[in-house]
Amino acid sequence: MAILIGKNTTALVQGITGSQGSYHTKLMLEYGTRIVAGVTPGKGGTEVHGVPVFDTVEEAMSRFNANASIIFVPAPSAKDAVLENIAAGFNPVVVITEGLPVKDEIQIMEVARLKGITIIGPNTPGIITPSECKLGIMPGHIFKQGKVGLVSRSGTLTYEIAASLTAAGLGQSTCLGVGGDPVVGLSFVDVLEMFRKDPGTESIAMIGEIGGNAEEMAAEYIKNTKYPKPIAAYVAGRAAPPGKRMGHAGAIIMGRSGTAETKIEALKDAGVNLALKPGEIAKLLKSC
Amino acid sequence: MKLFEYEAKEIAQQYGLLVPRGIVASTTQEAKEAFQNLNQPSMIKAQVLVAGRGKAGGIKPASNPDEAFEVAKTLLSMTIKGEKVAKVLVEQKLAGKHERYLSIVVDRSSRCYTLLCSTEGGVDIEQIALQSPEKIVRHKIDPLIGLQPFESRLVARRLGYSGKQMNQLTSVISKLYEIMLDYDAELIESNPLIETENGELVAADLRILLDDNSLFRHQKFLERMKTFEPDMTDLEVKAREKDLAYVELDGDVGIIGNGAGLVMATLDMILDYKGKPANFCDVGGGASEERIASALEIVLANPRVKVLLINIMGGITRCDDVARAILDIQKKMGIAKPMVIRLVGTNEEEGQRILAAANIPSLNSMEEAAAKAVELIPKVK
Repeated sequence: MAILIGKNTTALVQGITGSQGSYHTKLMLEYGTRIVAGVTPGKGGTEVHGVPVFDTVEEAMSRFNANASIIFVPAPSAKDAVLENIAAGFNPVVVITEGLPVKDEIQIMEVARLKGITIIGPNTPGIITPSECKLGIMPGHIFKQGKVGLVSRSGTLTYEIAASLTAAGLGQSTCLGVGGDPVVGLSFVDVLEMFRKDPGTESIAMIGEIGGNAEEMAAEYIKNTKYPKPIAAYVAGRAAPPGKRMGHAGAIIMGRSGTAETKIEALKDAGVNLALKPGEIAKLLKSC
Repeated sequence: MKLFEYEAKEIAQQYGLLVPRGIVASTTQEAKEAFQNLNQPSMIKAQVLVAGRGKAGGIKPASNPDEAFEVAKTLLSMTIKGEKVAKVLVEQKLAGKHERYLSIVVDRSSRCYTLLCSTEGGVDIEQIALQSPEKIVRHKIDPLIGLQPFESRLVARRLGYSGKQMNQLTSVISKLYEIMLDYDAELIESNPLIETENGELVAADLRILLDDNSLFRHQKFLERMKTFEPDMTDLEVKAREKDLAYVELDGDVGIIGNGAGLVMATLDMILDYKGKPANFCDVGGGASEERIASALEIVLANPRVKVLLINIMGGITRCDDVARAILDIQKKMGIAKPMVIRLVGTNEEEGQRILAAANIPSLNSMEEAAAKAVELIPKVK
């Protein structure tokens, strides 16, 4: 078992003819992801790694059936692409694109919410259910099928921790990055709730960072639900100065809010096992 | 991207908002003339982007042209929190009856814009939020239909406004929201919004923060950001030209890594080993040779850096490619400072072998690499 994607996922790639889109389509196919069609307006009728390309999602869907999608469209056109994918009813829609304006993100998330569609990202490495399906840009070989659910705001830090879990013999049910932007489709609370209901997930690795209050809200949720599965968390950014964006658009301490310290305190207070270093997550989950 | 107060007020005026009469000056003589033009007691305000200029002495009154000249002289020679004051705003002094607070922010957890208003303005709003949250009225704005006038009236009523005053506040809120959308702002804040003796609402201070990611829609600001960013160091500006995420800090361990989270974690680890990071530098997930070269050039240009720590988690990037790139650059640039490299992921054995052959230690864990970098610091002259 897993969350959001698995064996039955069939996917469409929007922006498949770009360098990122085409490269990662190849890697996803190699991983075993069932990619049935691609879309790039103006490139209909061509093929990318054997995947047929269409001008519109509607045309693609009249020939093939996909239930999920992944988007590699550059930021200026990304809102349009995401809305086209929401209109088609794909669920989830994974938005790899970095640099979307917040105003666009706010509109996208509201349309998705009204349609009951899950958006993963933007600015995310994507999602992987090891050995079943990968909709993302993560290196597939560092993941292994198992029972740890992983949710993160970061990309390479996810790889770092997933690799250490795998090395410690702890496989993963599903790993996903919610995205590094201020406004993203999934909160930690949303994903923790999915992992809570998933019989295939026995424990959780959670990777937070400075900015916003997603970690604090997760802490409150964990407390209120007396969360039934063990969680180990790491929060990055103790050395970050206030008012400076640390790489991710969302990783910024504003005034007094969004510091690593308050997040760490809140999670500790909720009974979460805190790792001081990324490498400790595996140790903490092993001893659970 | 932050706008200067005077820029924000120029925009506000175009939208029909009331702001104090004011003139921008870059020299003492201009400041004196500005005062003569306004011809009334004024406040002279340093135009900086860093927060807390008031406490730092960046706002001073003047009651005659000579005083304006002297005050401008002081302010224009100031550096506030590292930012040189290049301009001052000479502005009419307003007699306010009340000071209010009004802002529109991005509400990350609700994924919408939120309007925040308080009858307590002119003070630190975060303090009010902590001590008396009941004094702040919050209103979430529907992302699809936007802020409707009836909602602004609702907020005005909750703040205790009625009659003409209510209509006036409603109009101020609508205009701020219009600016928020038109300019792709992530924050617009008037603190204080002054209620004058004759009942007018004037934005005595105004802050506008633009969303950097939206600047492709605002070419004018995009151009400005590239050439002129007073709250950034020279190296930070240079890094931005190269599209690298770089933040300068005050330590001596230079850090380069791929991925924002991984680099933040590396900085944290340096602290844990009692070292001090000199910077944050993220070359991005892919870590191409060109980007690593730009990063090395920028990080090493900081004279405080004594040791360099490179932390690459090779995913789709192959470690042997990264290793070759580092050696190439080391040769080309003639890097003399000691380097500690942590290089893991795809083809790591080959990558580490290449580095070992060049006598560069490469380690398997972040912990070891961070500890090693800190350990080397006292050995560097």
